[in-house]
Amino acid sequence: MLTRRTLLASSAAAVAAPAVLTQARAATPKGIAVMARRIDDIVSFDPAESYEFTNGEVDGNCYRRLIRPNLDDVTKIEGDLAESWTVSPDGLTFTFKLRRDAKFDSGNPVTANDAVFSLHRVVKLNKTPGFIITQFGFKPDNVEQMIRALDDYTLEMKLPEEAEATSFVQYCLSANIGSVVDMKTAMANQTNGDLGNAWLKSRTAGAGPYKLTEWAASDHVIIDTNPQAAEKPLMRRIVIRHVADPSAQLLLLQKGDVDMARDLTSDQLKSVAGDKDLTVVSSPQGTSMYIAMNQTMPELQKVQVHQAIKWAIDYDAIANNITPNTWSVCQSFLPDALPGALKSNAFKKDVAKAKQLLAEAGLANGFAATMDYVNTSPSSEIAQAIQADLAAIGIKLSLLPGDQKQVITKTRARQHQLAMLRWGTDYFDPNSNCQAWCENPDDSDQSKLKILAWRSHFVDQELTSESQAAVRELDPAKRIALYHKIQQQFMERAPFAMLLQQDAVTVLGKGVSGFKVGPMPDYTQYSKITKA
Amino acid sequence: MLAGSFASIPLTLFGLILVTFLIGRVMPIDPVIAIAGDHAPPDVIAAVRDKLGLDKPLLVQFWIYLVNLVHGDLGRSVMTTHPVTADIVQFFPATLELATTAIIIAIVVGVPLGVFAAARQGSRFDHVVRVVSLAGQSVPVFVLGLLCLLVFYVKLGIAPGTGQLDVAYEGMVPRVTGMLVVDSLIAGDWDSFWDALAHLAQPALVLAYFSMAYITRMTRAFMIESLSGEYIITARAKGLSASRVLWRHAFGNIAVRLVTVLALAYAGLLEGAVITETVFSWPGLGLYLTVSLLNADMNAVLGATLVVGLIYLILNLLADVLYRLLDPRVA
Repeated sequence: MLTRRTLLASSAAAVAAPAVLTQARAATPKGIAVMARRIDDIVSFDPAESYEFTNGEVDGNCYRRLIRPNLDDVTKIEGDLAESWTVSPDGLTFTFKLRRDAKFDSGNPVTANDAVFSLHRVVKLNKTPGFIITQFGFKPDNVEQMIRALDDYTLEMKLPEEAEATSFVQYCLSANIGSVVDMKTAMANQTNGDLGNAWLKSRTAGAGPYKLTEWAASDHVIIDTNPQAAEKPLMRRIVIRHVADPSAQLLLLQKGDVDMARDLTSDQLKSVAGDKDLTVVSSPQGTSMYIAMNQTMPELQKVQVHQAIKWAIDYDAIANNITPNTWSVCQSFLPDALPGALKSNAFKKDVAKAKQLLAEAGLANGFAATMDYVNTSPSSEIAQAIQADLAAIGIKLSLLPGDQKQVITKTRARQHQLAMLRWGTDYFDPNSNCQAWCENPDDSDQSKLKILAWRSHFVDQELTSESQAAVRELDPAKRIALYHKIQQQFMERAPFAMLLQQDAVTVLGKGVSGFKVGPMPDYTQYSKITKA
Repeated sequence: MLAGSFASIPLTLFGLILVTFLIGRVMPIDPVIAIAGDHAPPDVIAAVRDKLGLDKPLLVQFWIYLVNLVHGDLGRSVMTTHPVTADIVQFFPATLELATTAIIIAIVVGVPLGVFAAARQGSRFDHVVRVVSLAGQSVPVFVLGLLCLLVFYVKLGIAPGTGQLDVAYEGMVPRVTGMLVVDSLIAGDWDSFWDALAHLAQPALVLAYFSMAYITRMTRAFMIESLSGEYIITARAKGLSASRVLWRHAFGNIAVRLVTVLALAYAGLLEGAVITETVFSWPGLGLYLTVSLLNADMNAVLGATLVVGLIYLILNLLADVLYRLLDPRVA
């Protein structure tokens, strides 16, 4: 007869069996590097469309560009597929000479025609990141004349409107959007005149060290060595596993089931600091955390109030207590990694000064306001710290947490009072952020430039025109000086409190090395990753 | 009555679609931003809005969605770029595999525990069962999941980490059903089979524990009620064996009600256990639905909700049919 005891014992055994039958693996397979990270941001791998972190990073390792910044000194731009290039003295004509030994993963040689095709399709498709190229004045009807192949290995690009700072043009071309796509492969897979866009959403056709083998949304990305690559990467395969939970990432890393963990939190980084087996690599990013003050709110229109808020915040406490290793203090709109960054922080917590500034603004008794912020860590903790800091000078902040896209939707509709958000630079040139925060030539709803200044109704003619002048300044030294001046003015009077800049931190497992984190996602390099 | 249940399905589904559709449109997230990104210039935003048909009146948008739906087209997901139907085929089997394993374990363990606890009401065994099942219902699943990983994977090293397979086996099993344990069996690939089974064990056990707690408590409550019935006294007076009284007479009478509990528990698991799937990186429907929702990927949300709704309806229907088989009075 089946007794209660035997029944319990046998069901317990049945339940435990699968767990006992396995032996846990202590290392990832040879020749394969596995990283754990969140990959649910991926939308498209087509470089003309790719605009998120993970796909940008993968594209950076599967495609080559004409030029690319030197990873050891990002202020220097080097040839990638271009052997050499010249710029006419008027700054209008760029001529690139391509190297002759590069091949796409299909085996097709890389020619100037491919590079021309790639830039044309960026302009013709005009997807989200397309403005990085179209901002020079390229349009579908002029791009064929302005960007041409002079022969199989020479590309000429003429700026249609006016001269722009040479470094600006070069940094834009060195962004992911400047990736050179295999024309024959893309066109062979074209549907409805989309220049291969649909096909390339989930595939790559580049000349980089890797090629995309498989993408399963919210699960994994697998890239393998591009058999045609000039320089063979050290790992034949990179597997990026979607591990949404940072604690799970850490466990996998500690057990050796993954070689790299990409999204560890400050707390977890503290806990791995003493672990001799693990190596931490990091790089400052072009990502800022800031508070926007909407100018529709009367109290927030006064410059003294902007100043008071900037002097009320305890920046160091936030960086040291809430975000050690992941976000550091940066009070300029140019994070330290970017060329032209001021790299100096003028504000620190000074309650007396902040109160005095409020009194000067006629608000000695403070006022009440709302602040929207994204309800995930570390934003939530930072928002609470800010709330306490502002309470100390009499500003009563009501916190309005929301999903990231919800907060963005609200600030784009200009319905916030205060909002704390993050912003990543679009390309590695000061103009990206400078334009975003300083330029607002048209504050109407029909404006063609609806970026950060516009979203908070910040209209400053002087900053707008200075920013527009800086991007056209052909003398590099003068240009940097202009950006320094703009950043100073911005700190003094703009209704934005710049708080922090992000550091991308990756923890490498035992024996893993050679992973190079770039200041932009698409600069991050996989090809030198190696395992002992 | 059955015909009536069948007839109500389209109406329920229609209501479900309507409500989900409206929620999607009043959600404080602009779906265009989800697609084009925060940095997109106005002309790109306008082009995407136009392409999605978001400028059209709400009723027109809903009509277009319905017409496409009738043609089996749930639209395209922004997040995966694939048609939503293809996504569901991709993500649902992982959930089905996990939920089915979990519910089987939960029933096999939970029902007998509940029955015996009721039979020995107030005994030490009953108290232990109560504590175990209360804990199962009150400990948050993510705590349990992480704890499991910490103990069995990190400390003891007897269980694998997260995901469905080890990297070494990734892409080795040809996809047939999408359930890796089944697919590896079909392929006759025993290494992958054991690996998939080992990966399944932890999330399935965590989910099973959660379900089991509920099933045990319900079974116990039903049984206590049933055991106090006069027919039990009659059965005992007739001199029937204790186990026959317990299983045939007492349990037989609660089977009908239990079926409903089990069906709902199974449906609850099938809609995708979001937290368990997140902790164990299990690429199931719950994960898909959550990520889609956070990305305002409305086609995907509508499609997945529809599937969840269908599951509930089908299981309810199944419970109705089982009623007929188990209870001679309902005919």
